[in-house]
Amino acid sequence: MTSAVSQSTRKSPPATGRLDVRRIREDFPILDTKVNGRPLVYLDNAATAQKPRIVLEAMDRYYREQNANVHRGVHHLSVVATKAYEDARLRVQRFIGAECPQEIVFVRSATEAINLVAQSYGRPRLRAGDEIVISAMEHHSNIVPWQMLCGQTGAILRVAPIDDAGELMLDGYEALLGPRTRLVSLCYVSNALGTINPVGEAMELAHARGIPVMLDGAQAAPHLRLDVRALDCEFLAITGHKLFGPTGIGVLYGKRSLLEAMEPYQGGGDMIKSVTFEKTEYNDLPHKFEAGTPNIAGTIGLAAAIDYVERIGLEAVAAYEDGLLRRATEVLSAIPQVRIIGTARHKAAVVSFVVDCAHAHDVGTVLDLEGIAVRTGHHCAQPVMDRFGVPATARASMAFYNTMEEIDALADGVRKVVKMFG
Amino acid sequence: MMEDLHDLYQDLILDHNRRPRNKRLVIDADRKAEGYNPLCGDRVTVYVKVDGDRVVDVAFEGSGCAISTASASLMTESVKGKTLTEAKSLFRRFHGLITGEAEESRDGPGLGKLEVFSGVCKFPARVKCATLAWHTVNAALNDERDPVKTE
Ligand SMILES: Cc1ncc(COP(=O)(O)O)c(C=O)c1O
Repeated sequence: MTSAVSQSTRKSPPATGRLDVRRIREDFPILDTKVNGRPLVYLDNAATAQKPRIVLEAMDRYYREQNANVHRGVHHLSVVATKAYEDARLRVQRFIGAECPQEIVFVRSATEAINLVAQSYGRPRLRAGDEIVISAMEHHSNIVPWQMLCGQTGAILRVAPIDDAGELMLDGYEALLGPRTRLVSLCYVSNALGTINPVGEAMELAHARGIPVMLDGAQAAPHLRLDVRALDCEFLAITGHKLFGPTGIGVLYGKRSLLEAMEPYQGGGDMIKSVTFEKTEYNDLPHKFEAGTPNIAGTIGLAAAIDYVERIGLEAVAAYEDGLLRRATEVLSAIPQVRIIGTARHKAAVVSFVVDCAHAHDVGTVLDLEGIAVRTGHHCAQPVMDRFGVPATARASMAFYNTMEEIDALADGVRKVVKMFG
Repeated sequence: MMEDLHDLYQDLILDHNRRPRNKRLVIDADRKAEGYNPLCGDRVTVYVKVDGDRVVDVAFEGSGCAISTASASLMTESVKGKTLTEAKSLFRRFHGLITGEAEESRDGPGLGKLEVFSGVCKFPARVKCATLAWHTVNAALNDERDPVKTE
């Protein structure tokens, strides 16, 4: 370590002691993995988080002891599986503070949640010339579904600007809200920059004009407490795999009155009350939006992940991760060739950076050989890369099982990059 | 570990990354093709001048990682002066080397300097970086109009 870095690390406060990270790490079997003969340093949590043992066990138990289809049998296992599935919904409902389980729709991912709103809420309502407002820091999954909707309806996509720190410019955003704005869809936390958006203010500005708001909570859920009643958002998208749960399961929260008024997204089994060739009567909420056999094991895994996160406590997580973020910002900034992309005042534990002399992919490969997993590329947010004039960044994204030593290993790895390519 | 790193980033590669050869616009190129790697956003434009069936000039423009920049640079050096048939055969053999399916190269002449890329086949995530400029020059030689994508 260079002296500049060790000096600055001495100044930084010690990690908040409330998390027993060593114990927590034992709950995640994959963290014992060796990569290229080195202990894995997993700093790609914004892409997907690792899964604690209780998630793996809950899913395993489901397939070993409870497997049956839901809502369609009187036999014992079907009753057990249905209960587990509906209990998972209650778990999610409590986790995000929704008023009733009818407001919780299980989907495949955050991506599907956003597509559902675009097609079921947006498509029948939007007319040519209507407007949808997003921000310049959205993930492709909060851009493309709206572009498709615009293509179908003639609506126009408006993009609220961000500044050089990667913060949403509220003035510019407000200026876009007009008489034709039918919906706002914003990320709560940006995956590429780590920015935590002032969603409260953004929503007030929209609500004052009667405009409903969808929040993309994919990156927020693992770091912040989401309380949909306090937030008062109309829709919220969450994805299970970033929340220490399995892939293939996500959640759409919607205010009940809105969901009631919406047409189904897909047709099939489970979403109907009665079907004849002349007429089909749709099922009640939330089943109306859950056509076909759902990802039952996924919901059970997600519920277990939520239990796990709740047990640790999101407040403790936020405090601990803030320490990791500050350390990462400090040690990486101490390397002269490094430039951090995304320096918002309020950030989740995500540090996107470029190294002067090396392309992000070369950074990624050198770090990989040290056992350090970071994401490199455009992070499914090409407009963000364009905004900052870089083709790609390397991104370290932290979770509560990461340690200060791992952050220092990252900085050591980046110094190797500089030595090699500088 | 560091051995692996230097297997990939050999000195010649680092040198061509720092000082890419033939990285320039060719206004009067006879053929031109664009390559794009949607995975990482790397873009390359390859310009070719031919005289009869011989490649008399090759150059590239674009931005990318060390592997893709060095590969483009070394590609221009190796293709220049070759006949169209020789250049295409070189592409096939280089491709074999990078993807680890190098049978063809046993029959033909050696790959010379291009062998510095032999370490890439151990890094599957980087194969496309090494082949982008080659796919692109191949498209230029075949006079294909659609941009090349490494997918
Ligand atoms: C901010 C944000 N929104 C949405 C998504 C999409 O999540 P999923 O791919 O699980 O649907 C991601 C995933 O990277 C994300 O970071």
